[in-house]
Amino acid sequence: MNPSSNTIPQFIVEEVEPPPLPLSQLTWRRFVRHKMAIFGLIVLSMLVFYSFGGGFFVSEAYANKTNTSLRLDAPVAAHPFGTDTVGRDILARTMYGGQISILIGLTAASVEVLLGILIGAIAGYYGGWIDNILMRFTEAMLNIPQILLLIIMAKFFSSNVPNIQLLGRTYSGSVVVIILIIGLTSWPYLARIVRAEFLSIKEREFILAARATGTPTWEIIFKHILPNCIAPIVVSATLGVANAISLEAYISFLGMGVRAPTATWGNMLEGAYNYIETAYWLWFFPGILIVLIVLSINFLGDGLRDALDPRSRTA
Amino acid sequence: MTDAPLVRVEHLSKHFPVTRGILIQRVTGAVRAVDDLSFTIQKGETLGMVGESGCGKTTAGRTLLGLYPATTGKVTIDGHCVQQAKGKEMLTIRRKAQMIFQDPYASLNPRWTVGSIISEPLRVHHLLATAAERAARVQELLEMVGLNARHINRFPHEFSGGQRQRIGIARAIATQPAFIVCDEPISALDVSIQAQVVNLLEELQDRLGLTYLFIAHDLSMVRHICDRVAVMYLGVMAELATRDDLYENPLHPYTQALLSAVPIPDPTRDRARQRVILTGDVPSPINPPSGCRFHPRCPIAKPHCAQSVPAWREVAASHWVACHEVK
Amino acid sequence: MSVNQHLLNVIDLKTRFYTPEGTVYAVNGVSFNVAHGETLAVVGESGCGKSVTMMSILRLIPTPPGKIVSGQVLFNNEDLLKLSEEKMEHVRGKEIAMIFQDPMTSLNPVLSVGRQLTETLRTHTHMDAAQARTRAAELLQWVGIPQAGNRLGDFPHQFSGGMRQRVMIAIALACTPDLLIADEPTTALDVTIQAQIIDLVKHLKQEMGMAIIWITHDLGVVAGMADRVIVMYAGFIVEQADVYALFDGALHPYTLALMEALPRADRRRAQKLKTIRGAPPSLLMEPRGCPFAPRCEFVHERCIQENPTLLEQAPRHLAACWVNVLTGELRP
Repeated sequence: MNPSSNTIPQFIVEEVEPPPLPLSQLTWRRFVRHKMAIFGLIVLSMLVFYSFGGGFFVSEAYANKTNTSLRLDAPVAAHPFGTDTVGRDILARTMYGGQISILIGLTAASVEVLLGILIGAIAGYYGGWIDNILMRFTEAMLNIPQILLLIIMAKFFSSNVPNIQLLGRTYSGSVVVIILIIGLTSWPYLARIVRAEFLSIKEREFILAARATGTPTWEIIFKHILPNCIAPIVVSATLGVANAISLEAYISFLGMGVRAPTATWGNMLEGAYNYIETAYWLWFFPGILIVLIVLSINFLGDGLRDALDPRSRTA
Repeated sequence: MTDAPLVRVEHLSKHFPVTRGILIQRVTGAVRAVDDLSFTIQKGETLGMVGESGCGKTTAGRTLLGLYPATTGKVTIDGHCVQQAKGKEMLTIRRKAQMIFQDPYASLNPRWTVGSIISEPLRVHHLLATAAERAARVQELLEMVGLNARHINRFPHEFSGGQRQRIGIARAIATQPAFIVCDEPISALDVSIQAQVVNLLEELQDRLGLTYLFIAHDLSMVRHICDRVAVMYLGVMAELATRDDLYENPLHPYTQALLSAVPIPDPTRDRARQRVILTGDVPSPINPPSGCRFHPRCPIAKPHCAQSVPAWREVAASHWVACHEVK
Repeated sequence: MSVNQHLLNVIDLKTRFYTPEGTVYAVNGVSFNVAHGETLAVVGESGCGKSVTMMSILRLIPTPPGKIVSGQVLFNNEDLLKLSEEKMEHVRGKEIAMIFQDPMTSLNPVLSVGRQLTETLRTHTHMDAAQARTRAAELLQWVGIPQAGNRLGDFPHQFSGGMRQRVMIAIALACTPDLLIADEPTTALDVTIQAQIIDLVKHLKQEMGMAIIWITHDLGVVAGMADRVIVMYAGFIVEQADVYALFDGALHPYTLALMEALPRADRRRAQKLKTIRGAPPSLLMEPRGCPFAPRCEFVHERCIQENPTLLEQAPRHLAACWVNVLTGELRP
């Protein structure tokens, strides 16, 4: 494959050897040209800092402290985001809630990526009846609306799970359940992409060369083919985080997600359901945070997709 | 006295099934890419395999090494039977028999450094225990093929086509193989670079005692580098002879046509030649012509050529032909 | 010979590409001419500028990155570089036709072959649909496609490589151009098919009398086809001669080196192939001195300082070299 280029016409490409630029530099340069991606990266960093950094300034106990005398207070200096139905400070709750929402996003995306890669790689590499079975299963999963699956699984599993202690915080066990079920229902999209990549890459000559060398199959799959399809996986994983965060918001809003007292941006919205007009601060702040994080991750994902596209080799 | 050949090929065939159907795939025919090949390769020699597109030479090379499972037939490399080898024995065959590929841009993993690419065979075959030993050997190999050993951590896209081909050669000789299948190793390179790579291959052959199967379509280069030459047409071997014998005394009508079509860089000689211009295109290997596969295009075909497959006969010393009309 | 007698006269053509990586000096002052009915071969390896030169003549260089910086291209005494795009469209196809290396990408895969032929015919002549169709079938037959009439409705992928190239030739010659530019048309074809195509072109040339510029890297093809040859390297013409004179005694070290690097199918092997040390220069640097100097076995100090001009060293044999390759000494 000769390097293709957007600025030099096709017939001259073979006549000019481009100066070798390390791939990482090229990728970074392309990424940096994407203004929205940089914006997304900045906003995302700010949100992460807000949620995790905020934990140093405000304790969790304070976030959970109820004070019914202060309930439903509009934003004032002491409580910049107001208080909720039982008097808890919303600002503090959004910080801790953010930690959970982001955590759920990251781990659910990890589950999704792991499953998607495994199934996609095996189906794509082996083909034949293995591919057939795996793909029919994948398609079946794709045909069921994810939200429906989530609701059903959430209803079924989250009632009897105990609390967990991790990293100095107590979580409702429903967090783990939510992570697993989001991950277990999101992998089909990535599996198809990975399978398509495997189908095309395994026909390339360097794979035949690896077989001729005697390289064992698992090494071919994980060390040869997989590194060559990192780009769509990274993009899918990034967008998967945003997807997981919004899915969590959906089901928590419906009351079937993470249970009290653990806050997430999603279940804070649930509490706001009855006060949409009267106490806007109950839904406005968590809502805008959800919108911001999903948007910024999407912009970041767009930028990554363009930057990692192997077909474009100009800076 | 002739020693036992390093490579023995007996009635090797490779057919690819053609399937139809969406839900259930039915086999409706086969691409008969290689049919009933039999030949041997002696230790230290370079056997050339030439032919045009669709003749099956690349498929033959890959099936010979067991990269494609053979449909029928048997290949023995240094005493090991390729078709029956499994596990450890297969690994031994892979160590002793290597391959160099045509496309210098596609045959190297773009995400691996040159060092990883060349040390892969060393790792896979557990030839050197430590990473440091492997790195030293890689540097030695890089210098052997004429590259700068300090480039060990660079990526393939930082090299030119000719240099990448050298990397592929370094990878192939890393395990000190006895036999290398060179699948059109210079076709994708510029003329002046071709000469460099061919000289390198010859030098390595002398130095390391290698045996080559040189698959190519450039008849001039094949005459230069090979000891014996086999001509393939549509999956069967048409003629096999020692180099000068084939070029000076071609017996098969296809070989004659092929040689007369090769342009000679000498205007007086080129324009004075008698050309045999073949009509039509090469037929499809899915439905090859009956009897002798060359008969529809053959200038001397007789009726019986369409009816029976010509036998593979040794008609002169070390000169084999498959043609009814050659006595 | 007066300028008026040449069909094509290229004078000091310079083409550059302005890219983020720098300026590519693709063609650096190329001058040559083609007489009516002559076959000129242009030889060189990848990167020498042969394709860019031809694209510049037909003004097919995309002009944001590319620019024809200076020069004249006199075709029938008219400077093509000064024509309007509209007039240029009339020249392309009708007076100068071009065929390319890969017929699969130069033929439109979604249009039938007949349609592509009739389109060319109707653009440049006043034929109506029926006339164009008849003529298209005639053309296909003329280039040797069996059952030509039935194949008008077929698509490019339904033809083999050699047949597609014949279709390209039919389209190119449909409007009887005065000049046919062929850019490596047989490089991707099997050798027996190449022989067929070269044979076909020779016959068509005899019938039609057009001039041909044949670009190739294969000196064997040059020997069989050309009347005159120009050898290009790094955007310069380094040698220009009659085909017999060139092969009898090349005067430029690069041409000599190319010939010595070639194996021969008609001779017993004599010795190892002679290689050219080093690699072609990067076109991203403004050329200084002789471009071949770093690799030349005859190099002298003057070669590094001054780029040799293309001068007549023997009757109608030009070479751009300060050194006499027969003696190894600098020329006076």
